[in-house]
Amino acid sequence: MDRRESLKTLLVGTVAGGAMVSGCDPKAEDNLLQISEDKVGLYGRTEKEKARDKDLFDSQFFTEKELVTIAVLCDIILPATSSDKGASEVNVPDFVEFIAKDLPYHQHPLRGGLMWLDHQSNARFNRSFSECNQDQMLELVEEIAYPKPKNSEMEPGVNFFDRMRNLTLTGYYTSQEGIRSLGYVGNIPNVWDGVPEEILKKHDLTYDEEWLSKCVDQKSRNVKAEWDEDGNLLT
Amino acid sequence: MQIIESSKVYDVIIVGSGAGGGMATKVLSEAGYKVAVVEAGPYFDPADPNDRTQLKWPWESPRRGASSVRPFGDFDSAYGGWEIEGEPYTTTEDTEFDWFRSRMLGGRTNHWGRISLRFGPDDFKRKSIDGLGDNWPIGYNEVKPYYDRVDKLIGVFGSKENIPNEPDGFYLPAPKPRLHELYYIKGARKAGVPVIPSRMSMLTKKINDDRGVCFYCGQCNRGCQVYADFSSGTCLIFPAIKGGGQVDLYTDAMVRKVLTDEEGKATGVSYVNKKDRMEYQLKSKTVVLAASACSSARILLNSKSEQHPNGLGNSSGTLGHYLHDSTGASRAAIVPQLLNRDIYNEDGTGGMHVYTPWWLDNKDLDFARGYHLEVWGGMGMPTYGFGFGASAMNEIFGGKVGGYGDKLRADVKRYYGAMVGISGRGESVPQFDNYCEIDPSTVDEFGIPVLRFNYKWTENEVKQAAHMHDTFEELFDAMGAHVLGDKPGADEDYGLLAPGRIIHEVGTTRMGKDPKTSVTNSRQQLHDADNVFVVDGGPFVSQADKNPTWTILALSWRTSEYIIDQVKQRNI
Repeated sequence: MDRRESLKTLLVGTVAGGAMVSGCDPKAEDNLLQISEDKVGLYGRTEKEKARDKDLFDSQFFTEKELVTIAVLCDIILPATSSDKGASEVNVPDFVEFIAKDLPYHQHPLRGGLMWLDHQSNARFNRSFSECNQDQMLELVEEIAYPKPKNSEMEPGVNFFDRMRNLTLTGYYTSQEGIRSLGYVGNIPNVWDGVPEEILKKHDLTYDEEWLSKCVDQKSRNVKAEWDEDGNLLT
Repeated sequence: MQIIESSKVYDVIIVGSGAGGGMATKVLSEAGYKVAVVEAGPYFDPADPNDRTQLKWPWESPRRGASSVRPFGDFDSAYGGWEIEGEPYTTTEDTEFDWFRSRMLGGRTNHWGRISLRFGPDDFKRKSIDGLGDNWPIGYNEVKPYYDRVDKLIGVFGSKENIPNEPDGFYLPAPKPRLHELYYIKGARKAGVPVIPSRMSMLTKKINDDRGVCFYCGQCNRGCQVYADFSSGTCLIFPAIKGGGQVDLYTDAMVRKVLTDEEGKATGVSYVNKKDRMEYQLKSKTVVLAASACSSARILLNSKSEQHPNGLGNSSGTLGHYLHDSTGASRAAIVPQLLNRDIYNEDGTGGMHVYTPWWLDNKDLDFARGYHLEVWGGMGMPTYGFGFGASAMNEIFGGKVGGYGDKLRADVKRYYGAMVGISGRGESVPQFDNYCEIDPSTVDEFGIPVLRFNYKWTENEVKQAAHMHDTFEELFDAMGAHVLGDKPGADEDYGLLAPGRIIHEVGTTRMGKDPKTSVTNSRQQLHDADNVFVVDGGPFVSQADKNPTWTILALSWRTSEYIIDQVKQRNI
């Protein structure tokens, strides 16, 4: 029995349980997928929460011009690569707009930071940041992308860029593309049966026999538990 | 405003639908009682697609799971939190106390960590050991049969270890440790600190035909759509209703007070319907309070009458007193061997697969009572906050801090899943002077007087937190991990969290033999009104370093059987 096949067998009980409570046909083989795929867009919001989200979506915090600069910065922070999409392509600027309304403590530092950046850019290149060419943009960004800048006048920019970087990373790695890029492979019905053998070897670790004897034998997970009167599991 | 009275007389009204209320509902309805369950929040079923957050992806939340609305993030199942709009509480000067409430069917059992520990023989008799606080009027042997039945009814994984004060139960087999947990095991053994499989109420194996088996998504705090973990709604109240029990569920119903007659006995409750904002009265022969330690104390304090001038059950003046929460402190570290790790699905059950029970003797220590250690870490699903300070740890492990582009992508992968954390959760010593009382000048949006808290940690708890931090460093060193941040000092009470933060608050209606120093007897029955019972954490005399839920369940079962017996004998 290959691993895929055995997983399928092991999951039968889970699927039946899920099907039972969600009213699906327990015999349908694809119920496992239905667990995670039904009702996309719903994620358990209360009426009050829905109303709050609607208010946030209906309002606009950043100006069009500010959003253009945000998008430029997002793509400097996480540009597209040969294998991965860039930040603006996966709508990170929309996330920044939303989170500024959702967590208002971001508003003043972001808006002020954008103004600071345009001021620097105007003084240096006689144009706002988003109108600069790439060399000019990177010249400025290089001076604010690392802590403890040589020129202490750049400190506000360092703080601003740090916030933009944090929000860009969070927006990106919580997107579908970001999770694929990171390689996270969970959030699906599964049967955890320990760290893969080759990984244990790499780390020079093992499961000792005594500990393993206390662990679940996944082959009998769907057999109803019974104990003797001393609490020893019989099944 | 007219108060609307119902003519129906229930056998029992149960206030609150969390662990204690759920168990009482199940046991009493199965005995044929006509039961009214009165819950302050809405109906909730984690299997209902409209309520479900399990297996949702971070991008389905516009805030990517941030905690702007729900304190443990957008996908956590708790409706409520430390602050609830329209339902304030206050504190006396210099008190910092945080009160977490979940307003929903099942209460806080929907989001809790599922750590399901029995109290041990010593935990009921702490005064005999260290001279502090009080002993319980009952011991482990009286509660053991109920723990056994709770294990079998609800399901808990764990292992037989024969540790005297960590009694074994009827366990389902444990899940295998994850990689960071193997590092913890190795480090703990090197440091001479015991480590055993955790004891948590998820079904690693089938226990009945009504509930599914764990499918290892690691999201128990979101509520389980196949009912593979314990919550009061899915495992107690739904089966009670499905089993043909005569259970009337009143949701969005905020109880104001217990009603009493000329003899001082309870006749029912009055509540405010949150939907129409009208006040209603329900009648019953018996009232069981399970609204949570502080909410039940509030209801009793607000139930003043000629017969109970200081509040119902308060002739001793101890109602609301001896409030105590677990102590808590935490620290995190990076395991260098986990940098740039291989990625695979290690979601596991929610929470930890291994833990450390208390292992030292206080005779050798400068504080009373113990703590257990919880382990966390691993390759979790990204959520709001992921990537913050992504490169900050380059300062420790080499490389430039800050930057952008490919370098940043590499930093993210380098540290993903390399962090491991340890949290200590300990026992505090209950104090008469730590209490909740009615704030005479403040009401909630339903016009019900609110609680005011007065709470101070003692030197005991502060020293315990200091010891926790020494232990964290000892363990991280033994693991070869690099500890992050600075160890908190005396000026910060050694990182000891504010009382209430661990959400184990208990003790406000403590049980005792002497009606002059306790609110309930050993059957959780009010000394002052024999048809009123409290089955939440309120009657706890002391709380051990164990999470209270399993003991709440066991004691609620025991009390429910006592009620059945007393009704049969026509004593109440």
